[in-house]
Amino acid sequence: MFMRFIYKFSSPPYFYAISAKMLPWLTVLFLVLLGYGLYGGLVTAPADYQQGDSFRIIYVHVPAAWMSMFIYVVMAISGGIGLVWRIKLAEIVSISSASVGASFTFLALVTGSLWGKPMWGAWWVWDARLTSELILLFLYLGIIGLYSGIEDKRTASRAVAILALVGVVNIPIIHYSVEWWNTLHQGATVTKLDKPSIHIDMLIPLLFMAGAFKVYYFIALLLRSRNELLEREQNAKWIDELLENVK
Amino acid sequence: MKKTSSLLNAFSAVIKRDLLLAYRFRAELINPLAFFVMVITLFPLALGAEITLLKRIAPAIIWVAALLASLMSIENLFRADYDDGSLELMVMTPHPLSILVLAKVIGHWLISSVPLLFIAPLMGMMLHMETDIIGVLMLTLLLGTPVLSLIGGIAVALTLGLRKGGALLAILVLPLYVPILIFASSAIDAAMTGFAISGHLSMMCAILFLAITLTPLPTAAALKMSLS
Repeated sequence: MFMRFIYKFSSPPYFYAISAKMLPWLTVLFLVLLGYGLYGGLVTAPADYQQGDSFRIIYVHVPAAWMSMFIYVVMAISGGIGLVWRIKLAEIVSISSASVGASFTFLALVTGSLWGKPMWGAWWVWDARLTSELILLFLYLGIIGLYSGIEDKRTASRAVAILALVGVVNIPIIHYSVEWWNTLHQGATVTKLDKPSIHIDMLIPLLFMAGAFKVYYFIALLLRSRNELLEREQNAKWIDELLENVK
Repeated sequence: MKKTSSLLNAFSAVIKRDLLLAYRFRAELINPLAFFVMVITLFPLALGAEITLLKRIAPAIIWVAALLASLMSIENLFRADYDDGSLELMVMTPHPLSILVLAKVIGHWLISSVPLLFIAPLMGMMLHMETDIIGVLMLTLLLGTPVLSLIGGIAVALTLGLRKGGALLAILVLPLYVPILIFASSAIDAAMTGFAISGHLSMMCAILFLAITLTPLPTAAALKMSLS
């Protein structure tokens, strides 16, 4: 039953039709989550006793950082599925995730440095987390660069999938090496980062924001995938039929 | 009819052929070496010749130069074989491609990185490094440069079909080089401050063996993809 659903869902025309139906609902859900999360985070949550109102940037920063890693894993897994079973939709999901993931990584870095300036007194600190996030951004850029460099898009998807899988094996190694490298050089500044365990009034809006970001990713993914699908399948029969209906 | 060669024969034949080719075209041996030396020369010119400063950053300079030299030469790993079609023949042999890829990478390492190992102590001397630190530097280079070649092989195989793969290759490879650079420089740092280095070297060994076992697989997959 489940496999049949997967099989059906991965057929391009079905995906195209059902994603069109899903998009409005997802948008509503996104707006609700975002509205509550922003209101809770910016208005009702108490100010931090140490950081004052500056801490409120975590409502963008932390979800963005979570998403940056989550999307990489999604990209690698769907790339792997595409590589093994040659499912077109998995390839498309994989590559459509890349630029969304890169944007979230960039957002996490930018908001992090905006927060760092008043808190640490510097826009950039060679802290372990910052550095591994920066390297993650490079990995994303490499994937996007490789995809746009190869003309045949199916070959490009396979190349990207191999690279993403290599990256997944590497990310823990990079992460721990960077952490180790950092603690060797400057321990004290990092431990200051450890927040006092977060208050429940601060946590709930954060979770809502995390949900909102996840739904946003899903929306962006669907939109990009639909676009990519149309481009790749432009000569397919189902698109002709679709256009007939539009006329 | 000739018997098909064993895997070990094929493995050593690939290495022998690459070494012979390098011996016939000696310029290829010299290029990474000259690049390595020149990059290192640029640093004192840019930083000034203060001895304490150079001593402090010499291992980092040498490592980054080795990394760049490896990046520069790695592009030739499959290029010639791709152009003249011998890569396709390798894919068609009954032997697993990943093993032949490993042989190619080892050959490439012997040609392009081992000479650096021999000239690195000299460069260390020129940058006023202590003799025992130079020993540690050589050890890290010995353990680290094969990893650079192995990881670089994946990216080369991925960008083989592209006409302008050069800059892209750097973007793909450099983030993956980060761990090995970190462990190497931590080992040297530890040696300079008088701490034990065995932990760092063990990590480098672990990464090396992980790379030897794992990287030929994606490289082979990428090669097949580039050839199809």
